[in-house]
Amino acid sequence: MPSLIAFILAAGLPATLLLTAAGLGLGFIIGLGLALIRVYAEEDIAVLAQAYENVFRGIPVLVLMLLFLVSTGWPALFSAGLALGLRSGAYQSQIVRGAILSVSDTQVIAAYSLGMNRMQTARHIVLPQAFRLALPGWSNEYAVVTKDTAWAGAIGVLDMVKAVDYLIFENPLIFLPAILAVTIIYFFLTYPITRYAGEQMSKRLRSLGLGGNY
Amino acid sequence: MSIVLDVRDVWKAYGDLQVLKGVTFDVGETEVKVVFGPSGSGKSTLLRCINMLDPPDKGEVFLRGQSLMAKDANLNMLRARIGMVFQQFNLFSHLKALDNVTIGPMKVLGVEKEEAIERAHIAIDQVHMTEWIEHYPAQLSGGQQQRIGIARALAMDPDVILFDEPTSALDPELIGEVLQVMLDIAKAGTTMIVVTHEMGFARAVASEMYFMDKGVIVEKGTPKHFFTNPEHERVRQFLLRLEVLYGGHDQE
Repeated sequence: MPSLIAFILAAGLPATLLLTAAGLGLGFIIGLGLALIRVYAEEDIAVLAQAYENVFRGIPVLVLMLLFLVSTGWPALFSAGLALGLRSGAYQSQIVRGAILSVSDTQVIAAYSLGMNRMQTARHIVLPQAFRLALPGWSNEYAVVTKDTAWAGAIGVLDMVKAVDYLIFENPLIFLPAILAVTIIYFFLTYPITRYAGEQMSKRLRSLGLGGNY
Repeated sequence: MSIVLDVRDVWKAYGDLQVLKGVTFDVGETEVKVVFGPSGSGKSTLLRCINMLDPPDKGEVFLRGQSLMAKDANLNMLRARIGMVFQQFNLFSHLKALDNVTIGPMKVLGVEKEEAIERAHIAIDQVHMTEWIEHYPAQLSGGQQQRIGIARALAMDPDVILFDEPTSALDPELIGEVLQVMLDIAKAGTTMIVVTHEMGFARAVASEMYFMDKGVIVEKGTPKHFFTNPEHERVRQFLLRLEVLYGGHDQE
């Protein structure tokens, strides 16, 4: 088992981590932009952001990957990262928007009464709190993106699941141990982060009187 | 005495509900005006109209002669000169007490950080919160939060401070510390408009009191006038009821 895990990590972990980082990073930029547009922009622009969300939440990520790969001829790794990022952007927009809206109005009014404009209020008062409130949602999105990088194997990226594919192809008898090995790896990639974000951040938020009292 | 704030014939409706029906008064330098009256009479709306958080439908508001209703008015800069203290304190949850007080001078007035901290220390000292500057709002009692709210307004060095029922969300034993701070800054010459039912406070420092009901100022007068010989029966009944409710804790 240890050598199986070592093989899978050596062969597939770099692509898995790279795709996770690319998906979350690109998704963050898109998601933050969309969320700001949906909360602060004029109605007719906000509708476009909403349309983006609906489109990218409605398409399976594997279909997106295939679409980019086939229609553009971009490398598989790039197509996979782009698909994960564009889709994650749609979800992260929801996460950030929900967080922005849950910062209390009373603080916004207090900021205006000090003479802050909308931009200053967003930057100094609303967003710093929204980012904290968004962390539990983000930790969930991290787990989702990490696991969905597995689809990249289907378009030819050598990620961890693809590595397992090769192992089984060489030796069908190790099917079960190989699948178990990759299961354990995914678990340890996701669990510590989601647990940390869940527990530590809830504690921190409570100390700020944010995010509920239980 | 020069006029700081001049409110002329202010009207405000929410949908079909006419909340303010022509309110007129002015506030001179170092004056303390106390507004009181039954809930729903438009007191809080009046304050929110003055600093344009809820712009009036009709009327005029002047801050030292400058109109807040004018189309070319720089509302943010005018608001920076009108402090506001809220019933629910409205502190910024993610900022320590000190940062709640420095953020206005730094971001709105463009004051350097060192100077903003110095100003904040002076304001926080005035509200006796120096020991608590490193605490977050959630770690403070209601009375302490409200005193930081007052310090936040003071640090902007505003022309006038509006108080919107500053003690009505507080436990009885915390009201005193907030009222004491308000008395101190009133006596130090701060120009204030205070919506409150704390008649002890009004008696001690009000230059003039306004009784509001159904969107208009029904009666104006000095504390002495109100506490000895109010004109309207409605006012007399209201004051009587306040006395029955709050009778004990005058602040003199």
